[in-house]
Amino acid sequence: MDKLINDFSFGLFFWQILLFVGLVLLLRKFAWKPILDSVNNREEGIKNALEAAEAARKEMQNLQADNERILNEARAERDAMLKEARQLKDNMITDAKTEAQAEADKIVAQAQATIESEKKAALAELKNQVAGLSVEIAEKVVRNELSNKDKQLELVDSMLGDVTLN
Amino acid sequence: MQKISVVRIFMTLAVILTSLNLAAKDTEKAEKEGKDGLKTEIKEFIDHHLQDSHDFTLFSDKESGKHYGFPLPVILWDNGLKVFSSSKFHHGETVAEVDGNYYKLYHSKIYKTDAAGTITYDESHHATNEKPLDFSITKNVVSMLLIGLLMFFMFRGLAKSYKKNNGIPTGAGRFLEPLVLFVRDEIAIPNIGEKKYKKYMSFLLTIFFFVWFLNLLGMTPLGVNVTGNIAVTFGLALLTFLITNFTANKNYWGHIFWMPGVPTFMKVVLAPIELLGVFIKPFSLMIRLYANMTAGHVVLMSIVGMMFLFKSWIGSPLSFGLAFALSILELLVAALQAYIFTMLSALYFGMANEEAHH
Repeated sequence: MDKLINDFSFGLFFWQILLFVGLVLLLRKFAWKPILDSVNNREEGIKNALEAAEAARKEMQNLQADNERILNEARAERDAMLKEARQLKDNMITDAKTEAQAEADKIVAQAQATIESEKKAALAELKNQVAGLSVEIAEKVVRNELSNKDKQLELVDSMLGDVTLN
Repeated sequence: MQKISVVRIFMTLAVILTSLNLAAKDTEKAEKEGKDGLKTEIKEFIDHHLQDSHDFTLFSDKESGKHYGFPLPVILWDNGLKVFSSSKFHHGETVAEVDGNYYKLYHSKIYKTDAAGTITYDESHHATNEKPLDFSITKNVVSMLLIGLLMFFMFRGLAKSYKKNNGIPTGAGRFLEPLVLFVRDEIAIPNIGEKKYKKYMSFLLTIFFFVWFLNLLGMTPLGVNVTGNIAVTFGLALLTFLITNFTANKNYWGHIFWMPGVPTFMKVVLAPIELLGVFIKPFSLMIRLYANMTAGHVVLMSIVGMMFLFKSWIGSPLSFGLAFALSILELLVAALQAYIFTMLSALYFGMANEEAHH
């Protein structure tokens, strides 16, 4: 300890403090501050760049998801449209079928009606003709029958017999 | 680390003692005298090396008495400023006469003497002559100045390289930047905290590189020993002490004078202990750095000295190998001591800034 105190040089101490404090102040202004600031800026820059990259990645992901979604939507829409078209086609076919059926039915009905009326007309005509013919035949028969007196009386008798029988 | 330095001192003593024994056993009387002379020379050389010097001697030739190096300015305050070149002392061999006053260099200290250069001693062989206030630009001051300049240009270069190269350092900056970041991320932020570390960064960075570079400079054959000088480590520790206590918050002083969470009696007992701790912390910083660097220099130089003592085909290469291994260890210690000094300073700053947590 005695040696230490003896070795202590106030002059050296004075210069040491002066030099060191001067060095600290000088370096602070000209070296440490710019160095640390630059390093901080760089670190900040790296951090920001990383964050930006992450954000871009997320954006990309979102975009991809959006694309996927839009694609899906489009696909669904297409499917819906196809389905609708198919339905429409089916409906049209069915409608056409029913319409055709109805038309056919109508035609058939009309035909039937015509046939019926024709038939009726034909029958009526036939009846008339048969009636005419019958009358003619009857006329001929009657004329033939009534050509002699006996036969006329016979007929009247049979007819009268029928009446009584009835 | 203090343990290591203690171990190291013991090791040195052991090595020196063994060498003494070996020397005593194996040699003839005449040779022994020569060796003793060499031993004292080595011892003096080491002693001289550990101390600050008023001139920058790179090496000297004992036989011709020639010193190779350059003188440094001596600045004294002795009833007025006295500035002269240290060459006037002729390495302590002559008395320097300035403005009618006579000064003599004795054991690296300047004493005021009479024209003949008489130095008087007390019983414990301490010079009793009057000592003028010595503000000389000594070897250590020059070394610090050089390291300061070196640091300024190195880190100014690093700072400038950011602007040139879009925020990425170039050249030597690529080596320096990780060190700066190391101080920030491993020393300042963990010990002081994210919020308050910024205002201490200048001091911590400067002290880290200052101590480290000076430690490394001590490893060169220039023979400087700045960080192993008590005045220097005292100055550094004093700055840590002042910064700690001037930036301390209420919570820190509260923990010293009125420790929360203990009975009142204990508060009274703890206050002086805590107050003592305030001074012991920087004191330990001062002693740790001084002791480690001094011990390192002593061991290394002793082993280098042993090379010349052994003068044999076994002993000298062995000493050389040992010196080589120790040099590598000392390189590690140079960085480690700078780290520890900075780390502990940061720790003390962190304590001074700790927020109350209950």
